[in-house]
Amino acid sequence: MEVPILKQGAVLIATFQAALSDADLNHLRMGLVQQVVKFRSRAVIVDVTAMDVMDSFASRTLREIAHMIRLRGAETVIVGIQPEVAFAMVQLGLTLEGVATALDLEEGLAYLNEKFKTAN
Amino acid sequence: MAKRDGTSLSPELKQAEEPSELLRELVAHLRQNRTQLREEWVVRITETRLLTAMTKEEIFAEATSVYDSYVEALETEAFEALQAYARNLSERIIPRGVETHEVVGIVLLLRDVLARSLFAKYQNDFKKLNRILDAYEPAANRIANTVAVGFVQERERVIRQQQEAIRELSTPVLQVRERLLILPIIGVIDPQRARQLTEQLLRGIRTNRAKVVVIDITGVAAMDLTVANNLVQTVEASRLLGATVIVTGLSPEIAQTLVTIGVDLGKMNTVGDLQGGIEQAERLLGYKVEKLAEPR
Repeated sequence: MEVPILKQGAVLIATFQAALSDADLNHLRMGLVQQVVKFRSRAVIVDVTAMDVMDSFASRTLREIAHMIRLRGAETVIVGIQPEVAFAMVQLGLTLEGVATALDLEEGLAYLNEKFKTAN
Repeated sequence: MAKRDGTSLSPELKQAEEPSELLRELVAHLRQNRTQLREEWVVRITETRLLTAMTKEEIFAEATSVYDSYVEALETEAFEALQAYARNLSERIIPRGVETHEVVGIVLLLRDVLARSLFAKYQNDFKKLNRILDAYEPAANRIANTVAVGFVQERERVIRQQQEAIRELSTPVLQVRERLLILPIIGVIDPQRARQLTEQLLRGIRTNRAKVVVIDITGVAAMDLTVANNLVQTVEASRLLGATVIVTGLSPEIAQTLVTIGVDLGKMNTVGDLQGGIEQAERLLGYKVEKLAEPR
């Protein structure tokens, strides 16, 4: 399943679909980092609004994506985690520690704007 | 062939009656003598001082519909319909303060009144009386059972509804500024309430697009390990929705509990009291509160 990745200036926006297989997630991990390199992006927003479940593999993949992207000097923000999904995740101990999160795309972009402003 | 008045033409033919035929016969008798039997029943109800919360007129009105439903249940053996009727009746009388023992009591009284009338009718034919009772008793007992269970089920439903309402009322999620929510918790938190709290808060964060939440637990006396863990999970789940949580009003006992379970207090933002919590929240949101004049 192809995950659409849009470019908005220095930010890449990847929108996860509802049912991503483990293979899709693995594919995505490499793909996103390659895109960051290609476009010299400063940040990636991963929009998981459409995901109604988040298992431990998906959660781990997101953390790995964030780590790999940070090694390229870029920031990752996960947005759109649904209340029910967030509740289920913390019960399983999947806290996405060390990864920035925001309510939705708008908030994610606002967060990055602030960050870039203070950085420059 | 047995005659309608209960006497037989010949002993051999007594065995010919089907139980359903007997039921039909006694149902007909109960319908024929409806007015008199119902009156007798109401008198017994008043004598035993049941349904004191209701007026005589109300008792009479309900008695009529209960009597008819009772006889119909005997006839049709449609016990689901009877149970639905019982729940319906209960819905009406529970708010009037009618108790379980009263409902069971009046149904048993009706059973007795009807049984006595059967004794009277078939008193000259002991064998037939026995067969009639063989048909009547299981049905009558099942009716009493069905009505009692229906009543209790309705009571339990009302209690559950009230509990739910209390739980909802006691965990309000309040928006006090743009992007700032306050969740004042008062009273005892059991695991179920803690869970409901978390769900309500997360929905509130999404609806109000909150960036900061102040959870005030000044009104919470004690917290067990399960609930303390729930609090930590609430903080973590809120972060996943992009909101920062400030916990205020921790009593020394609760602070001890949190330390005991090894909560990484570096992960949890805590401030002494609600006022301090709100002030910090405002700072986080970029507000500055300036006093312009003295209060008048």
